[in-house]
Amino acid sequence: MSLILTRRALVAGLGVSATGLLTGCDKLAEHKGVRDALFSAENFHQWAQRSLMSRDTLAREYRPDQVSPIFRSNGTRNPNTDEYKSWWREDFANWRLQIDGLVERPLAVSLAQLRQMPAREQITRHDCVEGWSAIGKWRGVPLSSLLKAAGLSDRARYLVFHCADTMGGGAPYYESIDMVDAFHAQTILAYALNDRPLSVANGAPLRLRVERQLGYKQAKYLKRIEAVEKIATVYGGHGGFWEDRAGYDWYAGI
Amino acid sequence: MASTHSPDIYRHRLPTRLWHWINALCIYVLFTSGLGIFNAHPRLYWGEYGANLDMAWLELSRFPGWLTLPEQYSLAMSRHWHLFTAPIFAFSLLFYMLWSLFAGHIRRDLSFRKGELAPSHIWQDIKDHARLKFPTGEAAARYNVLQKSSYIKVIFLFLPIIILTGLAMSPGMDAAWPWLTQMWGGRQSARSIHFIAAWVLAAFFLVHIAMVLLAGPVNEIRSMITGWFTPPQQKEEQA
Repeated sequence: MSLILTRRALVAGLGVSATGLLTGCDKLAEHKGVRDALFSAENFHQWAQRSLMSRDTLAREYRPDQVSPIFRSNGTRNPNTDEYKSWWREDFANWRLQIDGLVERPLAVSLAQLRQMPAREQITRHDCVEGWSAIGKWRGVPLSSLLKAAGLSDRARYLVFHCADTMGGGAPYYESIDMVDAFHAQTILAYALNDRPLSVANGAPLRLRVERQLGYKQAKYLKRIEAVEKIATVYGGHGGFWEDRAGYDWYAGI
Repeated sequence: MASTHSPDIYRHRLPTRLWHWINALCIYVLFTSGLGIFNAHPRLYWGEYGANLDMAWLELSRFPGWLTLPEQYSLAMSRHWHLFTAPIFAFSLLFYMLWSLFAGHIRRDLSFRKGELAPSHIWQDIKDHARLKFPTGEAAARYNVLQKSSYIKVIFLFLPIIILTGLAMSPGMDAAWPWLTQMWGGRQSARSIHFIAAWVLAAFFLVHIAMVLLAGPVNEIRSMITGWFTPPQQKEEQA
């Protein structure tokens, strides 16, 4: 009998300690040191992944018959600002992409100009941080050709992508990448998805594709690309809306 | 009576004990934070793609807070816990596998002996387990055939599967090692298998704990801390 009671106590004890351990983990994560340690894993993954591939390693590309029937949209589905509505009404003819910051020749490029530039088409898989994936065919201008046209300064180490939408109570969406991804062959500014002009839900008129990283890096509704030396002084300092707001990793290769 | 009392045996070497507890802690954090990540999109698919408008083979509601890390839904924090712990878990398993191979742990303790795989022997072991009849004396020093087969499956099958399917979900790894995602049939298949393997390991954990409790928790847990195990005596001797 006493043995059974002991076992019962042990089972109960295990249950309580398991829940206690979880609360303990939550408490631990409130300490700055623990938080910093947890967040530092990002550096390991970035280092490990970039060691396992070269700068030019391509993300997998798919056949046309492997495309998702419907490409899911996420985040902002319509920026709905006065500025955006004025562009949308004119079919984005009055929209310009600004390229500025640490560049020799700041540019303002129209959608018609982008469409005339040499384009790249790629059927790739979009992996959302939430867990879902969608395969779509993108067409757009390699970012590298625009960067060459603008003439990047030697001091430029990151590109900040300013978007036309705001999220979570008025904060503008933005993202940033470093030069490894900026000059990657598959890093394009896409204006078409599955052979049709980009829809509003998917980021019209232009969105970024950084194919070796997760979905939140693929900034939609682009209006400005700014070359900067460091991201610590941009908005919340973590290099992106979700990075600032929720503590997402800046390197989203995993 | 004293003469029939078997002396304590040194059952678990230090690397086994060390790995066991590091692994237990890792699995605990990975399982609970993994459920937190799953809650961001509690649907599973087969193939490369899969999102809300595609066919899910499993659709669940969110796991409750008492099972997830952190308790309050936070995809970012769940991912930090998960991605911090995953490399520790993977590399400690790798080192443990190598040690097991070279230090004779596999040959000495985990490989099946002559006759152990005979259906009659396996059946006898199943019956003994079902009757909660645990080995005593000399026999308690060695793993029985069901133990060996579950430990081998966990260490050499399910733990590697969960590591490799986890890596296969990473877009960076998919670029670096495309075969890793392809071997599971695509990213969403890898995610599904990752989820299934997590629950297989959870089931192993529950049976493992039940066995420890039934076989004598103090003796079993002490042996995994100090290495020393007191072989249970036979019923007749206890009388």
